[in-house]
Amino acid sequence: MTTAVGPVARGRGLAARRPLRMNATLAAGLALLGALVLAAVFAPLLTSWDPIEQDLSRSLQDPGNGHLLGTDQLGRDVFARLLYGARTDLRVGALAVLFPFLIGGALGLVAGWRGGWFDLVLMRVVDIVVAIPFFVLVIALVFALGSGTRSIYIAITLVGWVAYARIVRGEVLVAKEQEYALAARASGLPTYRILLRHLLPNVVLQAFVFSMSDIVLSILAIVTLGYLGLGVPQPTPDWGSMIQEGQAFIFTKWYLAAVPGLAVVITGLALALIADGFVHRSGRR
Amino acid sequence: MTALLEVHDLNVEIPLSSGRLHAVRGVSLSASAGQAVGLVGESGSGKSLTLRAVMDLLPVPATITGGTIVVNGVDVSRMSAKQRREHLSSAMAMIFQDSLTALNPTMRVGDQVAEVPVRRLGMSRSSARARATELLDQVGIKDPERRYRAYPHELSGGMRQRICIAIALSAEPGLILADEPTTALDVTIQAQVLGVLARLRRDQGVGLVLVTHDLAVISGTCEHLNVMYGGRIVEDGPTGELIHAPRHPYTAALLRSVPDPDLPVHRLLSIAGAPPDLLEAIPGCAFAPRCPAVIDRCTTEQPPLAPIGRMRASACWRAHDHEHWPPDIAEPAAGEMRA
Repeated sequence: MTTAVGPVARGRGLAARRPLRMNATLAAGLALLGALVLAAVFAPLLTSWDPIEQDLSRSLQDPGNGHLLGTDQLGRDVFARLLYGARTDLRVGALAVLFPFLIGGALGLVAGWRGGWFDLVLMRVVDIVVAIPFFVLVIALVFALGSGTRSIYIAITLVGWVAYARIVRGEVLVAKEQEYALAARASGLPTYRILLRHLLPNVVLQAFVFSMSDIVLSILAIVTLGYLGLGVPQPTPDWGSMIQEGQAFIFTKWYLAAVPGLAVVITGLALALIADGFVHRSGRR
Repeated sequence: MTALLEVHDLNVEIPLSSGRLHAVRGVSLSASAGQAVGLVGESGSGKSLTLRAVMDLLPVPATITGGTIVVNGVDVSRMSAKQRREHLSSAMAMIFQDSLTALNPTMRVGDQVAEVPVRRLGMSRSSARARATELLDQVGIKDPERRYRAYPHELSGGMRQRICIAIALSAEPGLILADEPTTALDVTIQAQVLGVLARLRRDQGVGLVLVTHDLAVISGTCEHLNVMYGGRIVEDGPTGELIHAPRHPYTAALLRSVPDPDLPVHRLLSIAGAPPDLLEAIPGCAFAPRCPAVIDRCTTEQPPLAPIGRMRASACWRAHDHEHWPPDIAEPAAGEMRA
């Protein structure tokens, strides 16, 4: 995500139409996401339990007795799995968005700028990918590629780039008729310079905002894949598999599924707040 | 004087679902070093499209369907797109109407001025920076070192337009094409910006093609004037002569619609009727339906832009007969134009 934040934050143009630099929405989102990232990074300091160490004699314990959130059906510490799961899910979620963002964004930029056959062909490919339901395609691809995080990245990238291509292309179509783009063309600057310095910083915001909700979507995709046995392989802790395993005990130990579910919701909330905050800061609606 | 730009019989058409809109119909004009040429007309007269066609910046799907554009003695219509861009951008620069949208909002203004020197002219960053600061100073920006670091939204409209002029100058062009450069500005700021352009012309011999609908701006800036109507140039000549003795009823009507501060104004005069529909072929003069001096010939036969006297031309069948025009257009009510 750093590449996405870069131009927006550094360029400031879109960000700085109004004097307000930071706003409450953005601050809240960043604080929340920051807390989640810190919890993931400093997981070993926050809990002394090993997230994959089993103790079948102490399975399904209630919270307390040294286990903050109790233990799961294999006697693993739920709190530890929650923290280490954040590592998996935040990383996979971010990476599964980074590649589509870069690839789709680059293709959309060129298609919007050049138009012609390239645009025509690319947009028809986009139409085809969009016509097939997201999960059907991702599941089919992961099934074909074999389970594991690498397959998840590839599958989500192959499906997810289309949204970025469409968003960026649409923004470029508008931006390239703006006078600053005309001026850049008139002054004879090389095409790559016009695209990267004059158009990209001015069109990236919409794609960036979309990527925030897309991270949540890809975390959900990972959760769904985990449910189908195609996700992050066991015993790596991840929120999706925790929910899936916890649902068997939903009437007795409801928190086994509810707590990781809440973690997904909080992550989504943090990202949505960040997206809203950026839009607000740019003065666009 | 050598002609920097010679446009001959330029035609621009825009294909629409309802037909082909013939927006520019055989426009010819020329501009030389140190000379300022005005292109005046109402919205939709084709003046801005003419300028954008010259700079190869026509909006899709408008295309040039005829005519030649000769820049520095070379016909650019025969060049490849890449060669043309190179040739045009080294010979000419363009200034736009809205200086806020004409500047990249994500870049410091100084860097935008230094961009062409670094990227195209191969200057080192530090010398380009010095050059940009010098240009900012030249267009009348006080404290250029500090303003260099500003973003467009942090500057006033007048200052932004000066930045745009500095950017245009950074490419060291012989000719500047300006599309309504002062329309978005206050009158006092307008005068300052026009002053900058006039100084450049005088001191550096930069040529200027100025597109505007504002006759006051033209009369104070340009020595030569082209009046456009319905995609054609209807009158052409030295600005002073055109304003004092228009030889096309449209020019006369346009002059009458400019309020004169010295006369008591009872009502603002406007030109009755609406501009022509450029989707249709116009058999006669495009202004005929609105013209008080219309005769039968005007509706059937297109009057050519014919010379009348020294350096002047008018596309009117009654150009030589102007004493007999109906009195309400024969005398320009405004008397003398003011800048």
